[in-house]
Amino acid sequence: MNELLLVVTIAGERVALPADSVESVVELDTLIPVPRAAPHVAGLSALRSRVLTVIDCMRSLDLGVTDCSDGVREAAVVELDGHHYALIVDLVEDVVEALSDPTPVRAAMGAGWERASAGMVETESGPLLLIDVAALICGSEAKAA
Amino acid sequence: MLEALGGEIVAWEAEPDDRARLDSIFRFVHTVKGNCGFFDFPRLEALSHAAEDALADVRAGRRQADGPLVSAVLAIIDRIGEMVAAIEDGSEMPAGSDGALIEALEPGTEAAAGPVAATVAEAQGKVAAPRTIRLSVELLDRVMSGVSDMVLARNELARRLRESPTDVPIDGAFERLSSIIAEMRDAITRTRMQRIENLFVALPRMVRDLSAELGKQILVDIEGGDVELDREMIEMIRDPLTHIIRNAVDHGIETPAERLKAGKREIGILCISARQSGNQILIDIQDDGRGIDGKKLVEKALAAGTLAKAEAAALAPREQLALIFEAGLSTANQVTAISGRGVGMDVVRSSVERIGGIVEVDSKPGAGTRITLRVPLTLTIIPALTVSIGNQHFAIPRSAIEEIVRANGESVKLERVGGAGVATIRGRRVPEVALADILGLDSALKDEERTLIVLRPAGGDVYALAVDRIHDHEELVVKPAAPAVMATGLYAGTTLADDGSPILLLDPAGLAQVGGVKLEAQERAARIAEGPLAVAARQATQVILFRGLDGGRRALRLSVVDRIEEVSAAAIKPGAGQLRVQLGEAILPLAGIGNADLPAGKVRLFRLNDGAHEVGYCFHEVIDLSVLDHDVIQADQPGEISGVTLVDNEPAELVDAHWLFANHVGAAARPVDQQPVCCLPGDDPWMQNMLRPIVEAAGYRVVGEADEARADLVIVAEGAKVAKAAAARTIRLRSEPEAAGARDSSIYRYDRAALLIALKSAGGGRGR
Repeated sequence: MNELLLVVTIAGERVALPADSVESVVELDTLIPVPRAAPHVAGLSALRSRVLTVIDCMRSLDLGVTDCSDGVREAAVVELDGHHYALIVDLVEDVVEALSDPTPVRAAMGAGWERASAGMVETESGPLLLIDVAALICGSEAKAA
Repeated sequence: MLEALGGEIVAWEAEPDDRARLDSIFRFVHTVKGNCGFFDFPRLEALSHAAEDALADVRAGRRQADGPLVSAVLAIIDRIGEMVAAIEDGSEMPAGSDGALIEALEPGTEAAAGPVAATVAEAQGKVAAPRTIRLSVELLDRVMSGVSDMVLARNELARRLRESPTDVPIDGAFERLSSIIAEMRDAITRTRMQRIENLFVALPRMVRDLSAELGKQILVDIEGGDVELDREMIEMIRDPLTHIIRNAVDHGIETPAERLKAGKREIGILCISARQSGNQILIDIQDDGRGIDGKKLVEKALAAGTLAKAEAAALAPREQLALIFEAGLSTANQVTAISGRGVGMDVVRSSVERIGGIVEVDSKPGAGTRITLRVPLTLTIIPALTVSIGNQHFAIPRSAIEEIVRANGESVKLERVGGAGVATIRGRRVPEVALADILGLDSALKDEERTLIVLRPAGGDVYALAVDRIHDHEELVVKPAAPAVMATGLYAGTTLADDGSPILLLDPAGLAQVGGVKLEAQERAARIAEGPLAVAARQATQVILFRGLDGGRRALRLSVVDRIEEVSAAAIKPGAGQLRVQLGEAILPLAGIGNADLPAGKVRLFRLNDGAHEVGYCFHEVIDLSVLDHDVIQADQPGEISGVTLVDNEPAELVDAHWLFANHVGAAARPVDQQPVCCLPGDDPWMQNMLRPIVEAAGYRVVGEADEARADLVIVAEGAKVAKAAAARTIRLRSEPEAAGARDSSIYRYDRAALLIALKSAGGGRGR
């Protein structure tokens, strides 16, 4: 088991995204808002000729709102069902190797984390929460409905 | 196809139990048999019939597939291939008896393998098939998005180059790169295209089966199979097209007995043609059957309660026909197995409109029906209008836009009824919603400062959408948006602006729904495709206000403007004595240049249509759509400008479309002996000096009262006696703008639009 993980920071917490689902890491500058869309949809951005739907991960996890007004944000670009999304994160750290299969987290997490959790994985730098990218894109409201 | 099938058969021999393979071979042979019966190729039919029989035995388990049987079937398929090739190049059918081949199919025979191999080799030598490869759509899409990236990078580079001091060699190199990219984009778009033939091939068979079932005789005529369409689009129009053809066969074309009684040939003709016009594909389905009875439709609509009595009386023939698109109406008296099963023309219409297309219907009772599908050339490129709220841009598909008016214009009134907006546009009340409110965006503008876009969503009714600002008409490459964005129900997709920033494409129907506008089928007149009748209604004459190449503020009657085109300056060349512009395969005379210089790069022009001829008129930019509600001060000299008037409180020159056509296509008008004849009083200077050019421009040959020729039309001043009583029609002109009474059928002599219609309808009987 040596799946590669992208370690990112969301709301101050280090978590892991499956590296093979991440196409690239970009810096977003302009964001075009999408009026009336779910609150965790921060807007649209363009990566070359591709339109990215930008997801505010903090908002999606009910952990607050990422402040996008200060310009450049780091984001991980993923593809789901033929559409490209940019997940806004605080910081992209590193790619590490998973040392174990994901195991269920038995301790109580926040509701948002619980929803997006794909289990806990061991890495060289200790246990990390593996994020379910699809759940992150769905956001809180779609899940509730 | 044949080669692939050969592989199938061989694989089937290896695995005789493979049912799927056997089925596909059987289907092929069966199809060949069916088509041969239709096209009258007896030898092909005999061959395929024999093979079908043998295969049917195997399918039914009466026989095992063995080596001899497989070779015999292969031999037959090869022979079919040879014959098909021969039919294609029109050469003689390959000689030799097919009897041996058919015999070889019989159980227990081992013969006939030898000579077949020889003929196969021969056939392969003759036919040089075009070389093709198969690619996955995914790879194509990747290449396409790569090319789109390249276009964006080029735009970016172009902007940078414009900003920095230019260097001639760099500019030259950039130009070259630019044109290479444009060419590449063209080529790659072509790879997504498919010949519409693929859609048409199945039609003769379908019509044949249907007509056999109904006891009718129908000849199918297919034209324009080489027109290319987006592969996805071909799939999208398959069902509507099939439905229309079923309708034509079932309801349109009569039985042979009825046809003979009506004085027609026994065999009905169904014409299906496709052609490209600008960036639209026109597919015509035309039959010479009984036509659609507008009155019957009205009765049905009245019975179904979708139409009020008062409205019904006011419907023009064209509007009556358009009722066929209303849900739940069908001309069929009873439901048959073929059509009229509740899936009506309303479904056809909505599925065509879903891909940005339009359906038009035209019918003459007793003479036939023509239905035209207009579909955009690609699904992904949509002509759209960009608008903005605050500083965010949105795009609206142009196919849904009916007109654009300013909220503070004279003919527009905004009112609030129970908190809801109602706009009265030239007497017509339409619901009004502000885009800023629907989207929950802040807008600095007051209601009166906004611009209203009158929208007609697919299958729905009109409503007005207030936006802050209108920007530009653009062809946008639209891609589907992510589910999270689509969930709002407001958007139809995303696109990229020239500078690479994303723009959301609005969905007019979704906007109405979210904005709480109820879309009902009440404003029928709003749905009818613009035609001459729109002018006949003439509450006010609509004009398009634009700036000419020389900067002049001009207006042109909207009814003569077919559409706006953009061409490169290279398409404009002098030819046969005047400037001409090439638009697709048409060459039109070009007007509107005057003394101004042609702009470099792209030139925008109006395509004017008088019903028979077309003229291009180039302009700098469109200002607005407006109405003529002030007096027109006529020009002293006849010329390109017929007069000046106030449009939106500023003077504008009114372009004289008659003069344009008279001067630019006058020579191309039809030969003298086919022209309708119009008689004008020779002693009336006004008639001779002012009216005569217009009448001639409308295609008439003008004669005096003394002339012997039989006049199709007589024009007289009011009060004068009609000298030639034999004329088919008389137009009376009055000098007062107001009619003397409700029964006064005379036309005000400066009312060009009414005059034109009268001239057109009187001349319609001849030469067209």
